[in-house]
Amino acid sequence: MSETMSEPTSNATPSAAAAPGRRQFLRVSGVLAASAGAAPGLLLAQPAPIKVGVLLPLTGAVAYPGQQSREGVMLAVEDINGRGGIQSLGGAKLDTLVADAQSQPQVGAAEVDKLNEAGVCAIVGPYASAIAFATTQAAARHNIACVLDQAVADQITSRGLKNVFRFGPSYEMAVRTGINNFHILNTVAGKPVKSVIVVHEESLFGTGTAATIARDLPALGYEVLEVIKHANPTRDFNNIALRIKARNPDVVMQANYLNEFALLLRTLRQQGVRPKAMYSIFGGGGSNPKVAKELGEAAEGVLDCNHWFNPRDKRGAALRARVEKKGLTFTHELLMGYNATMLLADAIERAKSIRREAIIDALAASTWADHFMPYGPTRFVNGQNQGAQPVVTQILKGDVRVVLPNTYAEAEAIFPATRG
Amino acid sequence: MIDSALIGAALWPALVNGLTMGAIYALIALGLTLIYGVLHIINFAHGSLLMVALYAVLVLFERLGIDPYAALVVVVPGMFGIGYVLQRFVINPARHGRDENTLLVTLGLSIVIENLASHFFKTDTRQIETAYTFMMVDLAGAVISMPRLLAFAGALASCLALAVLMRSTDLGRAIRAVAREAQGARVVGIDVDHVFAMSFAIGLACLGAAACFLLPTYYVSPQVGHGFVLIAFTVVVLGGMGSFTGSLVGGLLVGVIESLGGLLLGESLGQIGVFVIFIVILLFRPAGLFGQRT
Repeated sequence: MSETMSEPTSNATPSAAAAPGRRQFLRVSGVLAASAGAAPGLLLAQPAPIKVGVLLPLTGAVAYPGQQSREGVMLAVEDINGRGGIQSLGGAKLDTLVADAQSQPQVGAAEVDKLNEAGVCAIVGPYASAIAFATTQAAARHNIACVLDQAVADQITSRGLKNVFRFGPSYEMAVRTGINNFHILNTVAGKPVKSVIVVHEESLFGTGTAATIARDLPALGYEVLEVIKHANPTRDFNNIALRIKARNPDVVMQANYLNEFALLLRTLRQQGVRPKAMYSIFGGGGSNPKVAKELGEAAEGVLDCNHWFNPRDKRGAALRARVEKKGLTFTHELLMGYNATMLLADAIERAKSIRREAIIDALAASTWADHFMPYGPTRFVNGQNQGAQPVVTQILKGDVRVVLPNTYAEAEAIFPATRG
Repeated sequence: MIDSALIGAALWPALVNGLTMGAIYALIALGLTLIYGVLHIINFAHGSLLMVALYAVLVLFERLGIDPYAALVVVVPGMFGIGYVLQRFVINPARHGRDENTLLVTLGLSIVIENLASHFFKTDTRQIETAYTFMMVDLAGAVISMPRLLAFAGALASCLALAVLMRSTDLGRAIRAVAREAQGARVVGIDVDHVFAMSFAIGLACLGAAACFLLPTYYVSPQVGHGFVLIAFTVVVLGGMGSFTGSLVGGLLVGVIESLGGLLLGESLGQIGVFVIFIVILLFRPAGLFGQRT
């Protein structure tokens, strides 16, 4: 658990404090009494802080996205407290208790129990679906609301748990939108793309995405030439690049994590493989500004269907600028951590209470619209925000730009990408 | 699913790729086998120390604009120094004459180093782009990137340099003497503690070289070492614990098997190939390919 959860300790020993301390104590308490008398409302007006659990994988395999999300949560808390805390509770400030799920479900569940004992009113997190299965269930036992920052697996919200809320799109929603948007891009461009190769990592995320893509694309008239699976980590992508080269697909779709995503991009470029487009759904690095910058030419034109803010709302760009000023990379994990916390704060505001039950009810009835995501007001059915949707981004001139849907686009998609 | 024409065309490039990757494995394993051969300890911090070297190359490149290959002259001596100090003042004092203590110390070190890296560099994945990242060389039909080819040459040169050092210098002779019989070496006047520290330092210098050759085609993150440490252990056991020739041959073999396995069985299943060969060799040659029976 974080330092915020530890009890305050004093280093002064009783004997050392006794002799000179007595007079000093009288003097200090006198001053305190006088000041309290002068401003009688001052101490009473400061309501107790609201304890919010932040449960994320901060170490282990998914430490990077977990830490990114934490940065987002902390920025949101900074904003909420900065504008005077929760108004309906007399300006009470949010106090975060940060817990590390260590990228392991069972650790996450154990941390929920600790957060419960510490008296949190709700929990934000825990980024990964595998961890969320365990933590949402553990939190349900204590009737604690879980506001998911990502944890996109559909099953998390289809188990009848009343305490689970996902602001962003679920996995199924994203894949459906991702395939549709791909088809739109191709149709608008005059259907230059006919064949696809899917490259995916071997866990549930990559395998599931690849299977859905391979199932749904043929119905839309595309030929899936091959589905190539790889391990985590894969140190060398030359074999795969050569296979792609031999098959010569119009498009390469990736479903893998950041490291392999970037390595394959670079290897394709080295082997002179230039597909008409690179497309991914929840792609590991397709909308990561650092990948866009560090990989340069190799990343140019890469398309990704993922969480991103509405570029027409200035607050998104402002948050991004703030993040980058701190020397951090602005990624969708950070964005979704920020949003999850803002959604929770809105619910506490409406609940006018820190009772767990009241916060769950407020979230279930939430119609939060004061955000800068391309969603509209929230409406939860079985814990899933119905209006949530991913957008398609493209790396253009070394930066991530929204290109679809048109309502939110800030640049025109280059499709087929002139990858040369 | 995999047609034979495709495999036929990709066989030679896959072989070349396997050899170039294998040379890097060999260099990493060389450090590990030297440390094992002399100190009889398994250095669990080997992967984390490789990560340290990779970050050093990254920082030199990003902050000072030093080319990864030019960084060799800084990173190799730097890692050598770190190795000497670590062994002399951390690992050796904590040993108290028991090998299992060393095991725990190196394990602890790896955790500390990884957490420090997460703190200072964040858990982000970083890569660098140099002028020659996308420079390609055609080797009789196998198109291979320039940095990979340089890595192959560099790794082989490093192995050769180490072999010369071990055979023809006083230090090499002392290391070999200590490896064989530490007590006896002490009796004839060799400063055994110094030799221990020098061996550890040379082992880490190999990592420094590997990092300089690796980063132009790879990436670095606090967890990057995990992907190499298992492979390096496999190479060391396969080649024979403590054998330099074994490390070199083992590394190249593992690289080629991994690459061909990936080609023939798919990149996911292909990784099995390495471990199947590993088990087969251990069944028939328990001491590894070039290991000596004790």
